[in-house]
This record gives sequence, C-alpha cells and structure tokens, in this order.
Amino acid sequence: MSIPLSYIARNLWTRRLTTALTAGGLALVVYVFATVLMLDAGLKRTLVTTGEYDNVVAIRKGAETEIQSGINRDQASIIEMHGAVAGGANGERMASKETVVLISLIRRGDHKPSNVIIRGTAVIGLALRPQVKLAEGRMFRAGSTEIIVGSNIASRFEGTRIGGRLRFAQRDWTVVGIFDAGGSGFDSEIWGDVDQLMQSFRRTAYSTMVVRLVDAGLYDRFRADIDTDPRLTNEVKREQVFYSDQSRALSTFITILGMTLSIIFSIGATIGAMITMYASVASRVAEIGTLRALGFKRGSILWAFLAEALLLGLAGGVIGLALASLMQFASFSTVNFQTFADLSFRFVLTPAIGLKTLAFSAVMGVIGGFLPAVRAARLNIVDALRAI
Amino acid sequence: MHSIVEIGNLSKSYRRGGQIVPVLEDLTFDIMAGDFIALMGPSGSGKSTLLNLIAGIDKPDHGTLRVGGIDITALSESELADWRARNVGFIFQFYNLMPVLTAYENIELPLLLTRLSGSERREHVETALAMVGLTDRMAHYPSELSGGQQQRVAIARAIITDPTILVADEPTGDLDRVSAEDVLTLMARLNAELGKTIIMVTHDQHAAQKAHHIRQLDKGVLLSSAA
Ligand SMILES: Nc1ncnc2c1ncn2[C@@H]1O[C@H](COP(=O)(O)OP(=O)(O)OP(=O)(O)O)[C@@H](O)[C@H]1O
Ligand SMILES: [Mg+2]
Repeated sequence: MSIPLSYIARNLWTRRLTTALTAGGLALVVYVFATVLMLDAGLKRTLVTTGEYDNVVAIRKGAETEIQSGINRDQASIIEMHGAVAGGANGERMASKETVVLISLIRRGDHKPSNVIIRGTAVIGLALRPQVKLAEGRMFRAGSTEIIVGSNIASRFEGTRIGGRLRFAQRDWTVVGIFDAGGSGFDSEIWGDVDQLMQSFRRTAYSTMVVRLVDAGLYDRFRADIDTDPRLTNEVKREQVFYSDQSRALSTFITILGMTLSIIFSIGATIGAMITMYASVASRVAEIGTLRALGFKRGSILWAFLAEALLLGLAGGVIGLALASLMQFASFSTVNFQTFADLSFRFVLTPAIGLKTLAFSAVMGVIGGFLPAVRAARLNIVDALRAI
Repeated sequence: MHSIVEIGNLSKSYRRGGQIVPVLEDLTFDIMAGDFIALMGPSGSGKSTLLNLIAGIDKPDHGTLRVGGIDITALSESELADWRARNVGFIFQFYNLMPVLTAYENIELPLLLTRLSGSERREHVETALAMVGLTDRMAHYPSELSGGQQQRVAIARAIITDPTILVADEPTGDLDRVSAEDVLTLMARLNAELGKTIIMVTHDQHAAQKAHHIRQLDKGVLLSSAA
C-alpha cells in the first residue's frame, strides 16, 4: 500500500484558497474546451438530424448546397419514375421536387438583415420528413401564397408570427403556421408552395429533389443508375450525408478556432498548476523527508504528488464542465459558410464530450504536476529532514 | 546481552564548497540490545549524523555498520527503505507529524507499508494509543494537540511496527519541563517494559540521566563512556 488518498486530498483542502484559484484557472480552459466540443456536436446533430436515413437527395453534379443546385423538369420526372423510388398509398411517387432560395429577413433584436432559406415544397415534402411537425397554426394551402416558418425563424425574425406578412419576390406572403423540426436545420427555414415560389422567383427549374427509396439497400444501384444515365446531369446523396457535409467547413472552423484557444489557454493553466504544485512541495519538504524515513519510497512520493496534481486538474475539470453544461440551455446561431444562410443550433453535451473534457483537465494537472513531483521524489532524506 | 548495533571504523564527511569537512572519524563502538544510550556533545560534533547513519537514512564513507546483524551499508536504497520500515522507529525534535492526518492516522501511517489488514492495524494503533495515554485524542489533528501530546503521538508512531531500534534526535528539545519529563518517562518505560533499544541525542543533562549510558562525541570522536 502507498500513501493514502486521504492524505493527498486533504493537502489540497488545507490549501483550499490556492487550490480553488488554480482549479478556477483550469476550469476556464476546460469551459472553453467543452463549449467548443458542445458547439460542434450541436452543429453536427442539427445537420445530421436534418436528414432521414432512407431519404436520398438529388442535386446537380458537383453542387455542395441546395442553393447551388438545379434540376430541370424533365430530369426530375426521370428520377421520380426510377424503380427504386417508393410509391405512396394513393399511387403518388414518394418524391418531393423542391426549390430553395435565400431571402433576407430582419432580425428581431438588432433589426439587422440576415439570410434565411425559403423552401418551396408540397404536402409530400412534409411526409418525407417525419421530424417536421406543425406546432401552431396550419399547413399552407397548395397554390396559395401562404407560408409556414420553422421554430427558430419564428423566435428570431420580425413578422414571422402567425398572421404576419412578409414581402419578397414582389408579393406578400402570409404566415399560417409554425413548425417544429426537432432541432434539425429545417427549424431555420421557411416553407411554402413550390409552384407559387417558382413563379414568383421566376424559376423554371427545381433546386433539388428528395425521394424515399423502396428499400435503403437499393441506394447503391440507384446512385449508379442516376450517375450513368446520359439524360441526367445529376447525382444523388443520402440526405444525412448531404446535410452533414454542409456543416463541414463551419465545423472545421469552430474546431480549429476552439482548439487553438484551448491550447494557448491550457499552457497558462498548466503553468499555474505547476507553480501551485512547486509551492506544495516546497512547503512540505520536512514531511517528505519524514515519509521517506518511515520507509515510503521515492516512487510513492512521486505518485502522491502526481495524484495531488491529478485531483487538482479534475477539480478544475468538474467545475469547468459544470459551467459548460449550463450552455445546454443556450442556443447559438451563425451563418453557415457553405449555404450563407442563418443556422441556429444548441450546445450538446454528450457523455463522450464529458469524458474528453475530464481527460483534458487531468492531463493538464498531471503535466503541471510532473516536474514538482519529480523534485519531491528526488529530495535527499537528511537534507529534507533538516528543512524545518 | 548481545550487540544490536556494531560500528567499526566508521567515517563520514560532507563536501561543502569544494572542501571536504570530516564529521565522523574512525568511530568504533557497539550498542547492546535493550540498552538506552544518550549521545551528547557540543553542537556540530556529529551526533545527528551518527544517528542518521545508524537509522539508515544516510550512508557512511568508510567502515562497517551492522544493525540487528544486517550490514546496512550494503543495502540498496529500496532495500534500505524496507529495512527502515521494519526496524527503525524515529522520534524527531519537532515531532514531524503529518498535519493533515489525525493522531490515529499518523500512528497508522507506518503500518500502511506492512501487510496487516485494516482490523489488525486498528488493533495495533489502539494499543499504541493506550500506551502513550492518548486514546481520547485519537481523532485530533496535530494542531489541536500540545507539543508534549504531539511527541507522544510521534512515539506511538515510532513503536507501532515493533522496530529493532528507536532513534530520537533531541526528543525533548522543543518541550517545556513537564512535557519533557512525560516524554522521557514514556521512553524509559518503553525501554524497561518492552525492552526497546533506544539511542537518544540530547543536549539536556537531565534528559541524559534517564539513559543507562551516556556517550560523549566531540569533533567526530567518541570521548568517554559513562554509566
Ligand atoms: N548535509 C550536510 N551538508 C554539509 N554539512 C553537513 C551536513 N549535515 C551536517 N553537516 C555538518 O556536519 C557537522 C555535524 O553536524 P550534525 O548535525 O551531525 O551535528 P550535531 O552534533 O547534531 O549538532 P547539533 O547539536 O547542533 O544538532 C556540522 O558541522 C554540520 O554543519
Ligand atoms: Mg543534531
């Protein structure tokens, strides 16, 4: 058996002011680190849940976003009639031909304009996205200038409450419903009738198409057929992959920025832990000499101080994580670099993020404690005992 | 009676600023098992150094040093640590208790290096606490005890592993008269009743009177031995 944990923990408690200040420094870094991971996880979750596993998106070859994509009417019919596309109960095809346009709306708080995606779709478009549910009001009527708005739009932009009127494409549009898309990217969109929208925006081609396959296993064949059909200039992607690909640039940006900040801050916090641990060793030289005289070995001393530093790091980690977990109640909105549209998402704390964060804090503690622990372990017994 | 500490031609010097300062020179003497000896001498005469060598926390330059029949100069650092844990009880001038541990936990500390179970450790600690008369103080931290009480806790810690020798470096040096008397009486009892071999460094003539023998050290040389 070696030096008991109670000895280690109580030494931290005895110097609780220093411990708290050092742990506070570590906690700030941990907070930044965890928040960035949570932001990234939230972004990914939002865009992944935007896609349904069985759904497939058809776009123009090479288009990265729906805005850049185009599918003309002939192409749309060919894709729609492919044997792999499921049929509905009333003989209709499970395919939604959609148009996607960016419009500018005025934000509620600061009255500044921001880009919003408006999607022309139909009843089938809702059927293909079971996560989208009407929360208030009603569905837009086909062939009308009625629109429904996602929950993030309703809370963040002017004129988007039920009964509100928005003017774009030289027409007035009436909000008749608010839908909840379960935290997915659709929550940041406005939906209306596809034919009305195409007319108003003077479009002749659709932007994209979403189809449900008879069986998800048919995907590879379906893709190959679309790819090789000489009449088509389109490609298909699983809906989930398509939307999560759209988050890649933003996700990379958030991750790099966040990790750079975390690393720079962590150097400071680690040095703080090191100074604290050096002080801890210096104030206990005679104690170390005594432990050694009693028969505890260098290894036990090394371990005791490393464990103390580890506990210090974990204390910072727990505090930082607790602070970061409060961010789950906040949401964040930013412009998606790839679509240029405003996108809202939540900070998501997953068990994996919790573990990573605690590991990060433990590593900072141990690195900070390493040199002081080595110094403690290398003390000469007689010299240490004379240091009273 | 047999010798428990055998010292032959022992020398020790320290290096200070490139200069070699001899501290102990060619020391030869034995300590009998069950003896209680007082090491006296002027400051800087090498008393603590000699005690540290016998206790196995310092290494001599030359000479032989056997304790309980074992040549401790031949042990590796790690073997020496194990040997100390089993064979040496330390009593320090400033008690050297762990401030964050209670009296009970301080006394138990050396037992953490043994294979004793938790309940066996408890039994040992309770016996030792009773012996030093501090059973009612076992949950107290050192800062809540008087100097004399702290030194009694330290003595309990020193005897808890039933060591071969007890080494005490000015155990009463920091105590008032009454507490010092208590501690000395306790040490004399450990010697008389439990047969503990005690080597005590002291400046105090009165303290030295409690010992069976007094050894005078001057400038690293043993002067005389008086009963
Ligand atoms: N680690 C060391 N490095 C250098 N010199 C030392 C060291 N330890 C002891 N000395 C020197 O060795 C000599 C003897 O020291 P020691 O501590 O053994 O004396 P002492 O008899 O115990 O004195 P005191 O009664 O003051 O405690 C002193 O001159 C001291 O300065
Ligand atoms: Mg001394």
